[in-house]
Amino acid sequence: MSALTVTGLSKSFGGLRVTRGVDLNVEPGERRLIIGPNGAGKTTLFNLITGELTPDSGTVSLFGQNITRVASRRRAHLGMARTYQIITLFGRDTIVHNVRLALLGLSPARWNPFTNLRRHGHFTDRGREALDRVGLGHIADRPLAQTSYGERRRVEIAMALAQNPKLLLLDEPFAGLSIDERRDVQKLLLAIPRDVTIVMIEHNMDVALEFAERITLLHFGEVIVEGNRAEVVADPRTREVYLGH
Amino acid sequence: MNGRNIALGVAAIALVAVPYWMPGVYYVNVSSQILFYAIFALGLNILVGYGGLVSLGHAGLFGITAYAAAYVLQSGYNHTEAIFAALAVGAVSTAVFAALALRATGIGFIMITLALGQIIWGLAYRWISVTHGDNGINVKTRPAPFGLDLGSAVTFYYATLVVFAICVVAVMIFVRSPFGAALMGARDQPRRMNALGYHVWAIRFWACMFSGLLTSIAAILFVYYTQFISPQTLALTSSAEVLLMVISGGAGTLLGPIVGAALVVTVKSVVSGFLERWNFLLGAIFVTIVILMPEGLVPGSARLWRLACAKLRAPVKPAVTEAKP
Repeated sequence: MSALTVTGLSKSFGGLRVTRGVDLNVEPGERRLIIGPNGAGKTTLFNLITGELTPDSGTVSLFGQNITRVASRRRAHLGMARTYQIITLFGRDTIVHNVRLALLGLSPARWNPFTNLRRHGHFTDRGREALDRVGLGHIADRPLAQTSYGERRRVEIAMALAQNPKLLLLDEPFAGLSIDERRDVQKLLLAIPRDVTIVMIEHNMDVALEFAERITLLHFGEVIVEGNRAEVVADPRTREVYLGH
Repeated sequence: MNGRNIALGVAAIALVAVPYWMPGVYYVNVSSQILFYAIFALGLNILVGYGGLVSLGHAGLFGITAYAAAYVLQSGYNHTEAIFAALAVGAVSTAVFAALALRATGIGFIMITLALGQIIWGLAYRWISVTHGDNGINVKTRPAPFGLDLGSAVTFYYATLVVFAICVVAVMIFVRSPFGAALMGARDQPRRMNALGYHVWAIRFWACMFSGLLTSIAAILFVYYTQFISPQTLALTSSAEVLLMVISGGAGTLLGPIVGAALVVTVKSVVSGFLERWNFLLGAIFVTIVILMPEGLVPGSARLWRLACAKLRAPVKPAVTEAKP
């Protein structure tokens, strides 16, 4: 059974066909990289998979279950987590509270208006554990407003990992990072166990190619090339569309 | 025991002792008004401050509950029945309000609540067979729970104080709860909250219901206090006034709406006795608050206090550096 199966997925914004009949099949434990030039429809594809956008046609299945009609918030409960290309965090709160909200989202306690959140110590403890995994445990109590861009990228990943997802969707996790920070994030992504399937959008080819086993090249909303690292890099269409020579 | 707790303790003692240090019955009554308007403002603050949803229709909800209580009493039912009927009407109205207004956020939410509030006002004004139009409805007696007659200003004040204390504690618990954290998360990053597995619409709906409950409680106290309800209570200016209490005191803080309510009610009922143009004064105060502390009186004063403390300590530092060789 595949971790993620996408068949014939299409989406138009007015006359603009952003996603055109995309088929995608990701095996459990796989590391899949999605590349493509700006405007290829990569983030739109993510939004269709997570349900933030409704497709015009096509289906999305998660571990054999058709989730095309499942509300996007329910997909988090089914084991899907994502990060955002444009950092989307809770800027008024501490780092650990950001991760705590990620944990609370999957717990029935999120409806509880009667007890103090601080008494639910396990959320804080597990939040700190997730932050330790991304190397931010020592500044867990710092307000998010006082963190660097690179640290925020890692908070994004910590929030997704804290939810213990089966399928992790990473939207440009290296965007805007320095070389050192990129190496740190790469290390932490490589340490994610194989029971998590990862689909990643990334422009930064040197770090991304190393990470992925299979690569899908999107262009104008269509899958142009798909295969393993060597095949895709060697394919003349990749060179034409993406690498530009 | 820090400074904040001491200040709150002193404030609590001052509130309990109001009938002993206030110069007369009139001021005890003003204090009662401050307390139930504070409950109203606390309720609105749940949406405005913690939910990021600005409502301009809360006077409509307030009015529906007050009218319901007055109408049921007028129809010959007792106080307990009237209070429970009013709370039920308030809850149903809030649910309808929320279901309609939560189709939008931001400006859309403001406009829908504004329109709903105006519809309620229009109904109060025109549905004469129920509301008696401009004449309003009189409430002949106040209840006497546990044999305490609330007819006197002092007992009514204490009853209001007890209800107020319960409401403050309820809001305090709510804000610190997991659900409160979810509501604030939905205010700051609704899209992310949805992706994390939260039902953002339902969170906002239940926040509306809690806000509506506090509004209804305030409305019942109001209708027993004035023993009269007329369409004027439901007017847009009433909604704006409560919103100003929340914003001037400090939206998204526990004390802010209480301080805001105290400010507005004091200017309205006390200063208006000396100053005919009290509206002008209130406007001037709001402009001053917005310019000097846009975050509101409570967080703004805290910020200025810290700034002043830092300034007082500052001159010491250059002296130290000068002393160095």
